[in-house]
Amino acid sequence: MHHTLAYVSLAFYAASLAGYAGFLYDEKAWMGRIAPVLLAGGVLTHYLALMERSRWVHTVPYDDLYGSMSLFVWLLALTYLILEIWHRRPSVGAFVLPFIVVWQLALLIFAPATPPPPPPGRGPMLALHITMGILGYAAFALSFILSVIYILQSRVLRNRRPGRAFWRFPPLDVLDRMIRSSVWMGLAASIAGLVLGLIWERRLSGTYSATDPKVLFTFMIIGLYGLYLWLGGLPAWRGPRAARFCALSFVLVLFSYTLVNLYMTGFHRYF
Amino acid sequence: MVRSVQAECLDVTLVGCNHRSASVGVRERIAFTSEQALHAADELCMRGIVEEAIVLSTCNRSEVYGVASEQNADAPAALEGFFTAFHGLSPSDIDTHLYRHTGGPAVEHLFRVTAGLDSMMLGEAEILGQVRDAYGKALERGTTGPVLNRLFQSALEIGKRVRAETELGAHAMSVASAGVKLAESVFGDLKGHSALIMGAGSVAEQVIGCLRQRGIGEMRIVNRSRERAEELAVRYGAAPASWETLADQLSWPDVIVTSVSATDAVLDRETLEKVMVDREGRAIFIVDLGVPRNVQSDAADVYNLYLYNLDDLDKIVSGNRNAREAEIPRAEALIQEQIHKFDAWKNSIAAVRLIEDLRAQMHEERREFLRDRRQLPENLSAAERERMEQLTSDLVERLLKGPSGKLRRARGLRERIERAEILRELFGADENSE
Repeated sequence: MHHTLAYVSLAFYAASLAGYAGFLYDEKAWMGRIAPVLLAGGVLTHYLALMERSRWVHTVPYDDLYGSMSLFVWLLALTYLILEIWHRRPSVGAFVLPFIVVWQLALLIFAPATPPPPPPGRGPMLALHITMGILGYAAFALSFILSVIYILQSRVLRNRRPGRAFWRFPPLDVLDRMIRSSVWMGLAASIAGLVLGLIWERRLSGTYSATDPKVLFTFMIIGLYGLYLWLGGLPAWRGPRAARFCALSFVLVLFSYTLVNLYMTGFHRYF
Repeated sequence: MVRSVQAECLDVTLVGCNHRSASVGVRERIAFTSEQALHAADELCMRGIVEEAIVLSTCNRSEVYGVASEQNADAPAALEGFFTAFHGLSPSDIDTHLYRHTGGPAVEHLFRVTAGLDSMMLGEAEILGQVRDAYGKALERGTTGPVLNRLFQSALEIGKRVRAETELGAHAMSVASAGVKLAESVFGDLKGHSALIMGAGSVAEQVIGCLRQRGIGEMRIVNRSRERAEELAVRYGAAPASWETLADQLSWPDVIVTSVSATDAVLDRETLEKVMVDREGRAIFIVDLGVPRNVQSDAADVYNLYLYNLDDLDKIVSGNRNAREAEIPRAEALIQEQIHKFDAWKNSIAAVRLIEDLRAQMHEERREFLRDRRQLPENLSAAERERMEQLTSDLVERLLKGPSGKLRRARGLRERIERAEILRELFGADENSE
C-alpha cells in the first residue's frame, strides 16, 4: 500500500513540476496557480505513504536508508511549499521539483522489498529528533538551490544579457529573503534536533556523546549557517558573496548526511 | 410569415484612419476630443444615419463604428460624409487616408485593435483602456445598442484574453520601461525603494513616468536647470534638488537614472565605490541613458552594483519586440475564435431563424408529449390519434403566433434584437445551434 501511495505522490510531484516548468516557460498564470496545488497533493499522499510504511515496519518510517531519504524528500517538498506560500513566487518551483521527482523516482526503484530490522531504541523523542534533523537538511538543501539561482541570476544581470526566462524569476531581493527564511528554518530545526538527540541519549545511557562525528558535524553546520546569517548583514558580503557562501556551506551538510552517516558514526546510520 | 431581422441589418460599419493610413498631421485634423466623440455619436443617431454609434479617438486613431439603420442603404458613405463634415473638411482632404469596413472586416478590425495588433507599439495595453473608456461613455450616453454592446464587450474580452494567453503584451518595449523592469528584477516591488534622476530631458521624463507608475517610494530629480527639475518634480510627485548637491544625493537611492548631456563621465568608479561604502553594500541599480555615457564603464565591476547603458537596454527592447512578434499567430487564432462567437450570436438573433428554431423545438416537445401519453387512452382509434396530432400541431402554431407578431411589431432594429434575445433566453434556444 505504501508503495502505491508513494507512486501516486510521484505522479503528483511530476505533474507539479510540469506546471512549474510551464509557468516558467510560458508564463501561464493558471499553471503557476495549479502547480502548488499539485505539490500539496504530492506532499499529502507522500505523508500517507510514510505513515503506511511505519505500520509496515512497526517503527518510525525512516529507520533505514530508504525511509530516511523518503522523509528527506517529503520535508524538502513541504519546506518549499511553505516558502512558496509565504513568498508567493512560483517560478523557483521549476528548479526545486526536479530534485524531488528524481529523488522520489530513484527511491521507488531501489525500495527494499522486506522491512528493516527494528531499531534497538525508539520513542517519540527519538522520532522527533530524527524528523528535526532531516527537516534541517531539507531546509539547507532548499537554501542551496535558492542560492544557486541567486548566483546565476545575479551573473545574468551583471552580464547584461537577460534571456526570456529571466523575467519570470523572483527578484534578487526576494531570493535573498527566501534563502534567509530557509536557513533560519534549517537552523531552528537542526538546533531542536540536536538538543532532542542529546536529551534522548542522556535518558538512554546517562551520558552525552559530544565527540561523536555526527554531533560534531552538526555543531559545525549550525556554526557555518549562523556565520552566513551574520555575514549576510555585512557591507562586503551582502548579495552574491553571501549566496556563494550559503551554497558552499551545503557541501558540509551533504558530507554529514552521506559519508558521516555511513562511515564515521556508530549510531547515526541514516539520518 | 415573420419579418426577419436581416443579417445585413446587424452589420457593423467602420470608417476611420490610424497611424498607418494617415500621418500625424492628418490625424490631428480628424481627431475627436472626448466630448466631441460623444457629440458626434449623438448626431449620427439623431440624424438617423445609424441606429448605434461609438467614436473611438486616440492619438493614433480616429474611428467611427456604427450599425446602419434599415433605411440607410449606404452607411459607409454616409458615415464618411459625416466624418468629413464634422471636421469641416472636404472629402478629397482625407479620402485616401480613410479605411472603410463593413460586417466581418469591421469586427475583425476592432478585435485586432483591442488585442494590440493594430497599435504602433505591438501589444501595448493602453488601447484596451481607451476602448473601454470610449465604450463606457457611449453606453452612458445611450448611443450604443445591442449590436455595438455585444461587439465592444467581445472586443474587450478578446483584448484581455490575448494578453493573458499570449506574450503579446509581455516584456518591456521601451528603453524606459526596460530599465524599470530590470530595477524590479533586483529589488522586486519598488514601493519601498528610492530613485535619483539625474537630468530632466525627455528620456528622463519617460523613466520618471514609468517609475511613478510602478509605485517607486521616493524620487528626487537633480538637474543643471533647477526650474526644469522643479517642473518635473511637481508633475510626478518627486523632490527637486540642485545640481551642486549631487555628491550628497548619491548614497541614498537604490536606483540611479542618469541622462545628462556631458562630454565626460559624470560618475566614475571611485565615486561609486565610495557610494557603496556609504550604502553599507546594499545593491544599487544604475541606468545610464546618456550619450556619451554618463557612467564610466569600469564602474560595472563594483561589487553589488548593476549598470545598464542605452545600448544594453536597446538590445533588450529589440529582443522583446521579436518575442512579441512571434506571438502574433497565437493572437490571430484567438481573434478568429472570437469572431466565430460573435457571428454565432448575430445569427442567433436573426428573427426568421429564431422562430424556426422555436417551432422545431416546440414540435419536438409536442411529439415527445404525445409519445409519453399515447399509452393512456388505449381505446383511441387511428383516426382519433391522427386528429389529436393535428390538434396539438395547430396549438403549437397558435402559440408561436404571439411571439412572431411581437417580433414583427417591434419598433426599430434595437427593439427587435432585444425581443429576439429575450425570446431565445426564455425558450432556451441554443445560440450556437446550426
